[in-house]
Amino acid sequence: MTTHEVVLHPSSVVEELKKNDISHVVWLPDSETNFMYQLLTNEPSLDLVPVCREGETMAIAAGLWVGGKRPIVLIQNTGIFESGDSIRGLGLDVNQPLVMLVGYRGWSRHGITNDSAARFIEHILHAWGINYYLIETDEDADRISVAIQEADRTQRPVAVLVGTEFGA
Amino acid sequence: MIDNQEAVKVIDANRGDGVIIATMNANNVRFGLPTVTTHEQLDMPVSGAMGKASNVGLGLALAQPDRKVIVLDGDGSLLMNLGAMVTLANKTPTNLCHMLFDNGVYAVTGGQPVPGSGKADWEGLAKAAGYAATFSFDDLEDLTTGIAEVMAAVGPVFVHLRVKPEIENTPVQFRQRARRTMQTAIDELPALLAND
Repeated sequence: MTTHEVVLHPSSVVEELKKNDISHVVWLPDSETNFMYQLLTNEPSLDLVPVCREGETMAIAAGLWVGGKRPIVLIQNTGIFESGDSIRGLGLDVNQPLVMLVGYRGWSRHGITNDSAARFIEHILHAWGINYYLIETDEDADRISVAIQEADRTQRPVAVLVGTEFGA
Repeated sequence: MIDNQEAVKVIDANRGDGVIIATMNANNVRFGLPTVTTHEQLDMPVSGAMGKASNVGLGLALAQPDRKVIVLDGDGSLLMNLGAMVTLANKTPTNLCHMLFDNGVYAVTGGQPVPGSGKADWEGLAKAAGYAATFSFDDLEDLTTGIAEVMAAVGPVFVHLRVKPEIENTPVQFRQRARRTMQTAIDELPALLAND
């Protein structure tokens, strides 16, 4: 019997970003995406834009987009709650093809989680009409490309929920 | 204190080919940028952004490093998103000028004082956040004289403008709107900036 490694490596995510000519990662670190930091800072094709609070990310991405760049947002699901008005006003209302990589704090495929950040996030995305994809392993990473292409095609925000902490 | 429209007029006259991102009273249809602009195609109104105008400006400045980006912000707006000053300064956008229209009140909700009105040291906050250059004006003549130095300074630049309050309290749905909207700018600016 062989064991299958169930892990999402940051390199898989970065490869997806490079494949889609992403220029900037606008982010606030969280535990799910912690291992991304070193790789992102070492990747010359990506400019990292750290923020103080998640609601800034959509607005900075809007400016980058108007200026001709291809940003992506990387935050935690708690940050989605914090960012509600930015997603409304500077994402949905202005048809920004905004892809949000979202750390899915509290996610478990083994039953109901007690973490309200997990219990509410999909309901919130449904309420806003924002489509989303779940990634947990390297095999899922190409859903990032699917999300980016969908955002480009529909000119709407799309979320990618990162359901596991990145492997080192 | 400086008249709101006169301040916008001085800035617009010295913008060159800079993009102006304006919010709240600086973008008011009766006494803001829409009334004096000389380069409407380079104006980007950011309405209802709850303090995010400078974030939009940062993104645009990073995307277009060879073009001046001028953000006309409001004090009530920036107070909602004070961390944006640190976010902005951290990326050292040399082409960004962040101008704060400090009228001390929430002008569109009837003129209630903003927290820290008359107490907060805006220029001090900007210096502490890491802006490369800071200025403060409370007199039109000084602004008119000093604007060339402001525009020539290497950014990120912060400018504190003490302006007269222009109070209104019209429900949102009844307010007079400028012809150029944020959506118009978003539709038109990318091609314009790409071709310049």
